Amino acid sequence: MKLSSSPMGSPFRATGFRFTFWKLVFLFLLAAGLYATFIRFTQGLGASTNLSDKFPWGIWISFDVLCGVMLAAGGFTLTATVHIFNLERMHSIIRPTILTAFLGYILVCVALMYDLGKPYNIWHPLIMRNPHSVMFEVAYCVMLYTTVLALEFSPIVLERFNMRKSLRFVRSILIPLVILGVILSTLHQSSLGTLYLIMPEKLHPFWYSPLLPVFFFLSAIAVGLAMTIFESSQSAKHFGLQLELPVLQELGRVLVVVLWLYAILRFEDLAHRGVLRLMIRPGYEMYLFWLELMLALILPLILLSQRKVRASPTGLYWSAVLVLLGFITNRMNVSITGFEGSTGVHYFPKWTELAVTGMIIALGFALFGLAVQYLPIFAQEHAVEAIAESTATVESEPVLENAGD
Amino acid sequence: MSRALLYDSTVCIGCRQCEQACASQNKLPYDDSIAAEEQQSAHKLTCIVTRGDKFMRRLCMNCNEPSCASVCPVGAMQKTALGPVIYDASKCMGCRYCMVACPFSVPKYEWGKLIPKVEKCTMCPDRVAAGKQTACAEICPTGATKFGERDDLIADAQQRIRDNPGKYVNHIYGLQEVGGTSVLLLSAVPFETFGYRSGLGKDPLPMLTYRVLSRIPDFVPLGGMALGGIWWITHRREEVALSEGRKPAQKKDDNKTGRKP
Repeated sequence: MKLSSSPMGSPFRATGFRFTFWKLVFLFLLAAGLYATFIRFTQGLGASTNLSDKFPWGIWISFDVLCGVMLAAGGFTLTATVHIFNLERMHSIIRPTILTAFLGYILVCVALMYDLGKPYNIWHPLIMRNPHSVMFEVAYCVMLYTTVLALEFSPIVLERFNMRKSLRFVRSILIPLVILGVILSTLHQSSLGTLYLIMPEKLHPFWYSPLLPVFFFLSAIAVGLAMTIFESSQSAKHFGLQLELPVLQELGRVLVVVLWLYAILRFEDLAHRGVLRLMIRPGYEMYLFWLELMLALILPLILLSQRKVRASPTGLYWSAVLVLLGFITNRMNVSITGFEGSTGVHYFPKWTELAVTGMIIALGFALFGLAVQYLPIFAQEHAVEAIAESTATVESEPVLENAGD
Repeated sequence: MSRALLYDSTVCIGCRQCEQACASQNKLPYDDSIAAEEQQSAHKLTCIVTRGDKFMRRLCMNCNEPSCASVCPVGAMQKTALGPVIYDASKCMGCRYCMVACPFSVPKYEWGKLIPKVEKCTMCPDRVAAGKQTACAEICPTGATKFGERDDLIADAQQRIRDNPGKYVNHIYGLQEVGGTSVLLLSAVPFETFGYRSGLGKDPLPMLTYRVLSRIPDFVPLGGMALGGIWWITHRREEVALSEGRKPAQKKDDNKTGRKP
């Protein structure tokens, strides 16, 4: 988003390069990230991270992988809504949502290359199988789902270059593809929670629960919805598009339901495990736990329960932002805060870790902007294109458009 | 059939010859400064922990149902029938899930290296396979570390506790912890003194994940059927509406053709 300050709808048009504030921010993050990359791949993990034997997983797992996958959950949520549940009114926002998901998963894979001690062995799970390992399952699902997302995204590219044969093929397998995508997402979104089930004695009771897979899955749906609201609002602002307000209001309504479901399950779980009393015992974990509850559940539920807030673009936007921040806090708590007590280590990422993460986030925004500039992501742009092209293309347009989604 | 180590801390004199033998067996450096380190690391696979006049060994417990082997996505960690939990660095991709998952926090990493591997005591698998004792048990001058059949060692440990009332904590650490381990410990003072976790259950930890994972083969076809069914119903409604000449709600004309399979 940051990159495209130029008008849209004119692919490959030569535009003069101008420095804007966001471009400078991007270039700074890119430079810092590349320098950190150099350190990571010339001196190893020890020199480039604050990880240790006591704290082997840091921000690259917590944020880049756990939060990355979570923030990309809009893809499966929206494709299921539109294609399986046949809610056509959501159709207009499906392309940017798939783009967000696809970029998200690509960037998760990029982050993994930094975090893995021997990244060149990343393909090993393909042939060295251990079906008892959650990590193995996550690896397979993420790999397959990234392929599914590439295929779900491909019509946008195929359409841009008018490759109709390939388009027709992708269209013909679209529904099985969407179903496969939803199943794979359900599996690995929940499995990221299952990763932590094997460490009951290490993870703080606020966050260790036999229901971790359920919590991770439900929160992924909530975040998928919130991310779609966030991304649509931002796009409308930066690309000068008409805000799809009725769609976002509907997403807001569903979000309230998912959040309530999550909140009730979470509360029941805490009550059954006898952890409620810990919630009023001041301490490091307690503060971060309350921060998470406030951002992810309490404030958004108060806001979104009001019809006025649900109807206003600003209200929806800020509720979505709160949900995103809240569940990012949740993932960081599960993977970092919850382990600081049992390991006796206080982990804070090194600048190199932050620089790599910052660069990856910046790349996400930049690639989104580039994609919007050069590909038919938004409906308006798409319409302009269709008019400009020949009658034959216009006739086949319905087929094409739908194939994309 | 399964071999094990029994370490009786009341017999140990803290001479650290086990540390030295372990280092030379695993081709790791050993000198005075390394001897002074009282924690396991990538270059020190076993260590003697001193608390007052009491000693305790720390090493990989070589669990009967190891978390590390269960979580490793590429099967680089394996439990062998003879007892040792071995590691194949060529398979490892460095995800470090084994380090996070181990209930004893045993696996260590070569953080300083560009191409790092996990390091842990592997219970001298080659020696054990050849019918020999582990290096640490062979060198031990007092017999504090004893190598043998796991069942025999358990009987021996129980005998020692029975014959010396008051001398030991009435607990064989590793007999039942996380489903039992191939390293058994006896101590005169509570094991927590030396950083051993108390309160580890008797159930093997890999069961906690497997309970969830084992549902996947059922979930995939059922989930697929359910989603396919919902798709069929939602679209069938539309078809019926169309054929009856009603206009289905919220329908964009240009999307009609595309959604039919």
